[in-house]
Amino acid sequence: MSSLLNGIAASNGIAIAKAYRLIEPELSTSKRTIEVPADEQARFRAAIETSKQELESIRDKAEKDLGADKAAIFEAHLLVLSDPELLTPIEDRIKTESINAEFALKETADMFVMMFEQMDNEYMRERAADIRDVTKRVLAHLLGVQIPNPSMIAEEVIVIAEDLTPSDTAQLNRQFVKGFTTDVGGRTSHSAIMARSMEIPAVVGTKAATAEIQNGDLVIVDGLTGVVHINPTPELVKRYEDKYTAYEAQKAEWAKLVNEPTISVDGKQVELVANIGTPKDITGVIQNGGEGVGLYRTEFLYMGRDQLPTEDEQFEAYKAVLEGLSGKPVVVRTLDIGGDKELPYLNLPKEMNPFLGHRAIRLCLEEQEIFRTQLRALLRASSFGNLKIMFPMIATLGEFRQAKAILEEEKQELLKNGVSVSDHIEVGIMVEIPSTAVMADTFAKEVDFFSIGTNDLIQYTMAADRMNEQVSYLYQPYNPAILRLVKMVVDAAHKEGKWAGMCGEMAGDEVAIPLLLGLGLDEFSMSATSILKARSLITKLSQSEMESLAVSVLAMDTNDAVKAAVEDAVAKFN
Amino acid sequence: MVEKSFKVIAETGIHARPATLLVQAAGKFDSDINLEFNGKKVNLKSIMGVMSLGIGKDADITITAEGSDEQDALRTLADTLNKEGLAE
Repeated sequence: MSSLLNGIAASNGIAIAKAYRLIEPELSTSKRTIEVPADEQARFRAAIETSKQELESIRDKAEKDLGADKAAIFEAHLLVLSDPELLTPIEDRIKTESINAEFALKETADMFVMMFEQMDNEYMRERAADIRDVTKRVLAHLLGVQIPNPSMIAEEVIVIAEDLTPSDTAQLNRQFVKGFTTDVGGRTSHSAIMARSMEIPAVVGTKAATAEIQNGDLVIVDGLTGVVHINPTPELVKRYEDKYTAYEAQKAEWAKLVNEPTISVDGKQVELVANIGTPKDITGVIQNGGEGVGLYRTEFLYMGRDQLPTEDEQFEAYKAVLEGLSGKPVVVRTLDIGGDKELPYLNLPKEMNPFLGHRAIRLCLEEQEIFRTQLRALLRASSFGNLKIMFPMIATLGEFRQAKAILEEEKQELLKNGVSVSDHIEVGIMVEIPSTAVMADTFAKEVDFFSIGTNDLIQYTMAADRMNEQVSYLYQPYNPAILRLVKMVVDAAHKEGKWAGMCGEMAGDEVAIPLLLGLGLDEFSMSATSILKARSLITKLSQSEMESLAVSVLAMDTNDAVKAAVEDAVAKFN
Repeated sequence: MVEKSFKVIAETGIHARPATLLVQAAGKFDSDINLEFNGKKVNLKSIMGVMSLGIGKDADITITAEGSDEQDALRTLADTLNKEGLAE
């Protein structure tokens, strides 16, 4: 029977395919007495062998597709399956107690899991999850059930999951995964950001995807409106096929703008650039007509691994991005860790208010070796392209001066050692803390540019945790309070002859774009897939009319009133 | 039986990747190989044993080997520790 789920449209596009549930199967076991312990031991060894072979092929695939550092975790998993401290007690118990392999495995592994969970080091506690992971695989083989191996998907599917972790998404093959839908998450959650960077349609936060959708169900994911259809009628499938064709046609229309500049009808030119996380994203930037990179989130270099990346590893990544953009501007944000982004291996203390805590530049100014290593890698890469360096979470001018002084020290040191460093690297800041927006006129005298980070600026201005769904109604990008702050920043930059950009979700938002154009924003940085759509919109607008519109909405009273006024004004231009 | 002591210099201590390398190296030998830290002794062929020690930077550790290839084993493990910049 056909049914429907509503969620949040997280990534544009339409996908129609069979469902693939990325969900753990039920693996409960109970204690049984067995007749021939030697046979049971043999069954156990066979399950270990099958699991090892499976992990080896996953490791090889991960190494090929994702690189050696991402495959390392499977190397560790394989060692667990050869661990005498785990295997010997299990085989002993099967023999001496005549119990089934499943139960002996579960009891023994649980003991290790408990031991790791009780350790006072977060990194070690996470190892408990590794043991659980490996145990599950063996248990599944003993029970004869299939556990999902997302990296091994070999037909077109739509992935159904409660949520997708970075390691899940890293294993997804773009060729076969046509879309996905999750129970939880919002537009700025990890899974949503990944979907946009992988350019696959996604609907997140449906609350019931895993409960309602079975393996093999036909599913339509409409990433344009946030709707998921389960086992649709043939008529509905036909309608969506038409919608898909129309969307593809519109994309083809937008594609004509790939090499065009972004100029409003009255001649105002702006720059449309992309947000990226890894050098692999460059292809998408170029295919989507990006005029550069407005935000390179370097923390992905530090995540999903067990130690800090070396200076050389970082240098290679930065160089690849700078060369890949062949001279177009690349704004690199220095390490922004803390808040919702943790690095277990740094073993940072848990905080009551991580978003207001020891994160980003605050952490870097304290842990200077980490910061200096990154800056050296950036400076060395600077001669391979057009590098701009941006510090995140700057709250005071003192922090900016200190960060810039450290950068200067590292630069002088490299020059002294004969390393070539570009001599026109612009150095700017993210504006995401209200104090900095308010003081933008003072900052503008010292920084080379501003980039407004709206996700955080909104959460700090409205005092609303963006991870807390109960206060999500306060995430109001068009609230005049936010727009006035944006105006202050843009005006302050222009007064000193500097430029102002924006690199939050808002920069690619259809309602925000006309206002930002009107407020005089110079650079819009967004998901690569939003660029052509934004270009198509801006080239139809008049900057001077948007300026009048912006002036009028700054005096309005609510988010909704502003939204309505913009939609009204823009309708005239279509 | 042969033994040798080391001081851990790696910033993150002996965590997953370093532990993986050590256990893989130890697994190639027939000798019984143990790792001692902070009064606790574990089988160096056991990844969980090694990780359960939670060895951090500046830790003093001792490796012992006993068996037909004990000399070889100790030399190989010392090489691994040095080459990977884990301990000296």
